[in-house]
Amino acid sequence: MARTYEPVIGLEIHAQLLTASKLFCGCSTDFGKPPNSNVCPVCLGLPGALPVLNERAVRLAVRAALALNCSIVETSIFARKNYFYPDLPKGYQISQYELPFSEKGWLDIEVEGRKKRAGITRVHMEEDAGKNVHGRGGDSLVDLNRAGTPLVEIVGEPDLRSSAEAAAYMRAVRDILVFVGVNDGNLEEGSFRCDANVSLRPLGETTFGTRVELKNINSFRFVQRAIDAEIARQTVILDGGGQVLQETRSFDPESGKTASLRSKEEAHDYRYFPDPDLPPVVIGEALVEEERAAMGELPSQVRRRWVDELGLTEAAAQTLSQHPGYVRFFEGVRAQVPGLEPKKIANFMQTEVLRGAVVQGQRVSFSVSEGQLAELLTLLDAGTISGKQAKEVFALVEGTDQSPKAVVAERGMEVVSDAGELESLLRDLIARNPKQVESIRAGKKQVMGFFVGQVMKATQGSADPKVVSELLEKLVTES
Amino acid sequence: MTQSLLSLSVTELAERVRGGAVPAVEIADQSLRAIRERSDLNAFCHVAEESALAAARRLDEQRRGGRPLGKLAGVPIALKDALCTHDQPTSCGSRMLLRSGDDGREHGWRSPYDATVVERLRAEGALLVGKANMDEFAMGSSSETCVYGPTRNPWDPERIPGGSSGGSAVAVAARLTSAALGSDTGGSIRQPAAHCGVVGVKPTYGRVSRYGLVAFASSLDQVGPMARDVRGAARVLEVIAGHDPKDSTSADVPVGDYEAACERGVSGLRFGVPAEYFGDGLDPSIRAAIEGVIAKIEAAGCTVTPVSLPHTDYGVATYYILATAEASSNLARFDGVRFGKRVEAPGADLQAMYGASRNAGFGREVKRRILLGTYVLSAGYYDAYYAKAQRVRTLIRQDFDRVFQDVDVLITPTSPTVAFRIGERLDDPLAMYMADVYTLPASLAGIPGISVPCGLTTVQDGRDSSPELPIGVQLLCPMFEEERLFAAAAGVEELVRAT
Ligand SMILES: [Zn+2]
Repeated sequence: MARTYEPVIGLEIHAQLLTASKLFCGCSTDFGKPPNSNVCPVCLGLPGALPVLNERAVRLAVRAALALNCSIVETSIFARKNYFYPDLPKGYQISQYELPFSEKGWLDIEVEGRKKRAGITRVHMEEDAGKNVHGRGGDSLVDLNRAGTPLVEIVGEPDLRSSAEAAAYMRAVRDILVFVGVNDGNLEEGSFRCDANVSLRPLGETTFGTRVELKNINSFRFVQRAIDAEIARQTVILDGGGQVLQETRSFDPESGKTASLRSKEEAHDYRYFPDPDLPPVVIGEALVEEERAAMGELPSQVRRRWVDELGLTEAAAQTLSQHPGYVRFFEGVRAQVPGLEPKKIANFMQTEVLRGAVVQGQRVSFSVSEGQLAELLTLLDAGTISGKQAKEVFALVEGTDQSPKAVVAERGMEVVSDAGELESLLRDLIARNPKQVESIRAGKKQVMGFFVGQVMKATQGSADPKVVSELLEKLVTES
Repeated sequence: MTQSLLSLSVTELAERVRGGAVPAVEIADQSLRAIRERSDLNAFCHVAEESALAAARRLDEQRRGGRPLGKLAGVPIALKDALCTHDQPTSCGSRMLLRSGDDGREHGWRSPYDATVVERLRAEGALLVGKANMDEFAMGSSSETCVYGPTRNPWDPERIPGGSSGGSAVAVAARLTSAALGSDTGGSIRQPAAHCGVVGVKPTYGRVSRYGLVAFASSLDQVGPMARDVRGAARVLEVIAGHDPKDSTSADVPVGDYEAACERGVSGLRFGVPAEYFGDGLDPSIRAAIEGVIAKIEAAGCTVTPVSLPHTDYGVATYYILATAEASSNLARFDGVRFGKRVEAPGADLQAMYGASRNAGFGREVKRRILLGTYVLSAGYYDAYYAKAQRVRTLIRQDFDRVFQDVDVLITPTSPTVAFRIGERLDDPLAMYMADVYTLPASLAGIPGISVPCGLTTVQDGRDSSPELPIGVQLLCPMFEEERLFAAAAGVEELVRAT
């Protein structure tokens, strides 16, 4: 009889830090340059070259760790992780091993309305490897542009219990790193990727089963599919009375299956030891406080403030806090029209503005400026234009630097709220449609819509329907 | 006397060139000729004829133009082949860094950059006449493991010059150059200096930039000068020392006036004599020579106290664990992928290419040390070897800290024996490793040391007596006390010469 197993999952996430230069040399981290152009003796691993730590990278790493609620270790050391591969020019990767710069953090995630706190074992700094390109005719080429790029590795506790939780965790880490400005969140270009450790145990068991490491997962969808595939594979093995082997596997999105990369016996002995080329990293209290300040509000803090103080709905706060650019835009508009109800800004941003927003790493390009939106919402709030017109004006000013006020004036879109003009229009309609008037008097309120519609048509939508209804009711009852 | 200029000291030569008394071209010429004439010593693996002459011509023009010249103007200097030079090949004495050129011959690796010390020498007008032979990857004490064959001691060409900076010591001793740079990981400057009768300095760890020195053991390697007198070594060290932002382990400690310190002599210094450096393995004639120096120091009015460095015996074992561990990692970049030797059979996979290239590129001693270093870092052995050796290193350092509370300078033999015969210890690694028994502890502690010639002796060589062979006395000081070291060394040099 098949038993029920509980998956135990922990992720190791690698996120590239947004520095202008590499971790141990002055080479640019620009993406997409011709192969082997962002290189120097240090990142080429030439004889005699030595690493010098990039302070900016340390700062961003500290900020990442703080955002993940980790404590900062004052003195940490870099270690060498030794293995041979052509994309690893020195024959070792400079990483942190025994003494990482931060540890013991956590992150709250939410899956299907259920909240959960996932532990983070440690965050450490390390350098990225280069890229092997397998060419035609069996040749392999190496591009070392990426070699030496600064990364943080975020090692999660085995606290996740489903592929959905793993995906939610991965997404939450990505969002938070993008939010505090340390990572561009770009999974396609490999600047955010993860390995997943997956094991199963009979439900109720407290000891861990044998774990399998799934390597190099670079999308939220794949992390879920890869873990599901691995859970299925391990379930079949365990149900058949077999034993899961400790090994490293990779996920093939084509077949939807995982395949073995290397067994435990083939695993590298990395022979970690402290890198004698680099003195211990000392992170003082001052630097930590500076980065805490630079980090600003975290998404969760922003959401709480918006809900508690501004009256936004949880959903709106969630959507608008997904990217720091959204937050800046929202707050920017709010500062320009302090009298306006924040909810109205949030609504319009959600329904209109975000549709035209393009996120590119840390940057968001909006189709309108904060000033344009502030002006538009002021017109709407004052009743100068209707909600429907606001959407039209928005569409007209998108991608231009036109002022919404000017557009409204140019097109004569001011709401017809001149009671005299509306009254003569309505009196004319009442006289021509006695039957409908009778129905209204008989209590069929929905027939009022007919008159409102006619007025809107006659004014080309520039009448305020609320004003029209009120006036109509008055005229119908008095005549 | 065609080679009279090369008999001058570093400081005399530089002052003559600066004063316009001697054209730099003439010095370059003499040095290059001397190197050619003594090619039997095999001190150089590359002679930079054209670039040295060009540099000399520029200096002479500069002087004629009335522009000031640097502190080493016109001084011919040999560079250990472990130092990267953009205009000369670098091979570290290894086949690993050789690649076949279009002319069908093997050529050393061309570095795209200069080591920081090389830049600093050029900036002060030194004439870089060539690259000096060395033990492969600086792993050795005899300069026999070089791919270009053994270097010979000018005092007796049947004997080794010491190592690993053997070529550098020979260049200075045989008056092929006025000075040389070597590198010292466990004694590789001091021991060949002693065997060749020249002055050799291992500065404090962090005093001189390692940027551009092909790494052997990063936590121990230091570049240092060799010259025929203490003052010459002091001037060269002043030029190459000082903080380098490209080397994170280089110290931001001001460089002293080492040449001025040489004027001070031994007066007022308290000397310590560590008992552990005068044990069983010490050649009696060397003991006698060092005791002679000590007697002169006492006669000069200095206090001399016996002291103890109880962890000295663990120096060799500690060193061979830590140095090989670091070396096994430092030498991983020699993988055949980007530079140097590559051996690949058609159709063979990556692992096979690595294996074949490294097997063909590295010599026996280098392979031995890579294996040893890999072993001591391996899972399950790390704590027993590497971690324990680090703790012993701390104890050795504390030994020195303690004795330096009571004395200013330690005086010891540099090497337990005089230069041995070529081939004598090649198959006995342990005997070879013992050659550095008196120099290793200072390397492990990071403190500065100097070897100063202090006498000559002959050894029984079968039925015959050997030619006279030099003996070196080693002086050690606390971290960054190079000024004191030079004061003591210049004083000792003067006392020895006065005999
Ligand atoms: Zn670089």
